[in-house]
Amino acid sequence: MIRQINRVTGVLIFLILVLIVNVSYVQVFKAKELRQAPGNQRVLLNEYSRARGAILIGSESVAKSKSTSDSLKYLRTYPNKSTYAPITGFYSLVYGATGLEQAQNDILAGNDSRFFVNRLQQLFANRKPTGGTIRLTINSEAQDVAMRALGGRTGAVVAIDPKTGALLALASSPSFNPNLLSSHNATSIQNNYELLNNDPRQPMLNRPLAMTLPPGSTFKLITAAAALESGKFTAASKIPGPKRLKFKNSTKYLNNWTGKECGPNGKTTLKNALAISCNTSFAWLGMNLGQDKISEQARKFGFENSFQVPMTSATSRFPQNLDGAQTAMSAIGQFDVRATALQMAMVSAGIENSGVVMKPYLVDKVLGPDLSILQNATPSAFGRAVSETSAKALQDMMVAVVNNGTGSNARIAGVRVGGKTGTAETSPGSPAHAWFVGWANAGGKHVAVAVVLENGGGATEVSGNGLAAPIAASVMRAVLSK
Amino acid sequence: MSQILRQYTVSTRRSTELVLLVGAWLVGVFAWILVDAASNSGSLGGWSALLSAGLLLLCAHSVVRWQAPYADPVLLPCVALLNMLGLAMIHRLDVANAARAAANNSPQPTPDVYLQLTWMLLGLILFSLIIAFLRNHRRLAQFTFTSGLFGIVLLFLPLVPGIGNVVNGGRLWISILGFTFQPGELAKIALAIFFAGYLVGRRHTLAHVRGSILGIGVPRFRDVGPLILVWFIALLVLVLEHDLGTSLLLFGLFTVLLYVATSRRSWVIIGALLLTVGGSAAHFAFGHVRIRFSIWLDPFSQANGDGFQIVQSLYGLANGGLFGTGWGQGYPQLVPFAKTDFITSALGEELGLAGLIAILLIYAIVVERGARAAVGTRDPFGNLLAIALTTVIGLQAFIVIGGVTRLIPLTGLTTPFMSYGGSSLVANYILVALLIRISNSARAPENFALDLPKSEVSA
Repeated sequence: MIRQINRVTGVLIFLILVLIVNVSYVQVFKAKELRQAPGNQRVLLNEYSRARGAILIGSESVAKSKSTSDSLKYLRTYPNKSTYAPITGFYSLVYGATGLEQAQNDILAGNDSRFFVNRLQQLFANRKPTGGTIRLTINSEAQDVAMRALGGRTGAVVAIDPKTGALLALASSPSFNPNLLSSHNATSIQNNYELLNNDPRQPMLNRPLAMTLPPGSTFKLITAAAALESGKFTAASKIPGPKRLKFKNSTKYLNNWTGKECGPNGKTTLKNALAISCNTSFAWLGMNLGQDKISEQARKFGFENSFQVPMTSATSRFPQNLDGAQTAMSAIGQFDVRATALQMAMVSAGIENSGVVMKPYLVDKVLGPDLSILQNATPSAFGRAVSETSAKALQDMMVAVVNNGTGSNARIAGVRVGGKTGTAETSPGSPAHAWFVGWANAGGKHVAVAVVLENGGGATEVSGNGLAAPIAASVMRAVLSK
Repeated sequence: MSQILRQYTVSTRRSTELVLLVGAWLVGVFAWILVDAASNSGSLGGWSALLSAGLLLLCAHSVVRWQAPYADPVLLPCVALLNMLGLAMIHRLDVANAARAAANNSPQPTPDVYLQLTWMLLGLILFSLIIAFLRNHRRLAQFTFTSGLFGIVLLFLPLVPGIGNVVNGGRLWISILGFTFQPGELAKIALAIFFAGYLVGRRHTLAHVRGSILGIGVPRFRDVGPLILVWFIALLVLVLEHDLGTSLLLFGLFTVLLYVATSRRSWVIIGALLLTVGGSAAHFAFGHVRIRFSIWLDPFSQANGDGFQIVQSLYGLANGGLFGTGWGQGYPQLVPFAKTDFITSALGEELGLAGLIAILLIYAIVVERGARAAVGTRDPFGNLLAIALTTVIGLQAFIVIGGVTRLIPLTGLTTPFMSYGGSSLVANYILVALLIRISNSARAPENFALDLPKSEVSA
């Protein structure tokens, strides 16, 4: 009987060991699959039960989590409402996350591998993990000014530090209030989302990064750069600038927007052609240089590339396989040329930075839950777009645009400002897009901007100088504290 | 002479028991404090509960020290630890229910932990009475048939109109004077006494073999009778009360005892065959058994239907992972019946695999200690009764924990000493009292002294 008792005991202990093996399988080996199972509320509850890290500008939070008494323990709030929405995006129970909330989720939620040590500490201290905080490169004053200057008109503003690529302003208009989508009430989130999503002006669209538009005359900077880089032209080179230009292999003509010749005897300097934005001169340059040279120059400034800022920007494009007329039109930023405001700001920044284009970025520092610095941004070059000599020449040409040409509204007293206006034709019947790209530096501070008002932002008289240049000037003044 | 006497002095290890018991109580206290810390609630009411639980355990210890000084020193602390963990988890789920009620603006529910504490009081009173008044477990053998009858009456009590109660599709409850009770929990002890008493006198006849089929010795038909009867009763419980767990437990228990009593492995094989036949018959005959099987095989396709409980249980376990979320920081309240059948998944979520393995090892220790008493006691009735009671705890833990972790189909039993529920807790304290009583006789010095001439002992 004793032997049988021992055997029964053995079997009972064995059954308990089987239980141990089984729970190990469920809790360790199968756990990941179970956690990710659709319908497992715990994942969401877990995410909301942690204090998600804040998004800071300086020491001010533009997105932060505050604790609540409901079952989702933390509520995401955006104190500045719509001002930083293009940057932060939203963090929604129903619709997931957008903007930095999505692109930096691993850091904000504390899942990033850099938090491993923190997580271990929290594990042993039996505390809920908290997310990391990110500090932005954004200049709150510039962002504020940009959003206010756009004033609800459809458009975008980008400001970059040309020396580093740090984004100083990233404004999109119309904007939205992310608090409407981050509440804990699913029904109200859905209603608000529907309203925003059905708005024809697409307030949730991040225009400076996502909207590609014909850049119009601002693209002449790239054509001018290609001309200088080709070695065949200098700023002082005399090039044709007739009243109207006959396209290659075509019977059609391009008329100058002024309806006049760009200089005596239909000839002008490259510098003056840019200053007065002479269409026929640049169309002629386009045909003279050929599509490959211009395409190559555009690529060097960042076209055909998307950038992680860390949100992914749309790719700006210069069309391929063009005939003579199409090449000419593309050289003045029409036809199928499409660029984001970010891209045009990078063109301006590259010229200001002696020809080197820096990669744009938004996150200056990653901070641990205890606000210790885990990572500092390291500015890196995208590449050299033009030689220093060409950059210097382009700078002078852009200063001429502002001082003696079409960009007079961008002038800032006592500051060297360069720029280029653009009025991009769209489909017949709808108003043109008003562009201004430019840069300024004073007192060791540098800034490059791009401003676009889609379809003139609703204005009847559309011009880059009239609509976009004043916005650019005010944003640059904010950055330079002038 | 004095040397011989010293040689036979057996350490009572009562102080070991006291230290372990205080340790078990402290585990419960710290768990409770962590729950309150996680929920940011004041815990003034908690302290009186914890102190009274500690006081109750101290009283039980005193009774053991006084009346069963040679008893196993580990059994009581082990079950006390399980009981304290159960109380902490019930408190934790009370907190969650209160928070939910507050969020929904519904009236605050009555906390269950204080009622469970009352049941703990009753359980420990009965525990102490058994230790104090049942001086020798062999006296229980006199009540073999009384126990058998009592057990069967208890088992079928829920079928009596007027007092029977249907809860969650199972007819396992009776309610008298507003109290609900699950008589099956007590029945298992009564039947364990019956089986032990019945088999101890018949083990030699039952061991007779008439011929063999395929090398398996087949007992005489008239000896198979009782097994068939118990099998039939187990099936009846299943059919009439829809109580899969109890019927499985009783059947397993009886098969184990037949094997131990007769030393014949053929009983195990016959038992396994009958279980298979009964199980498949039940599968084809009853929809609720079929559902249990199908949600065991594939719970996720019915995650929002019949499989909801088990799926939520698995999600909870997965959320706990290796080290758990910590007391009060998981979501065990999302699992239905988290306080009763599914308390294991609640503990698995908050204490993690590490905590759950520790709990399972506590059950393993209880089983090992019970078996030690079974082996150590000198009388066959004691051997059988102790292994019967040990099997009840071990098998019940396996059936319910295996069910909620999807090792075996979910059957629905309480987790010994941890689940919320009075009948279960009281019955299990009675069970452990009997085991402790048997362990006392296994370890008492008179057992060793028996071989000595009387004069030498008394000298």
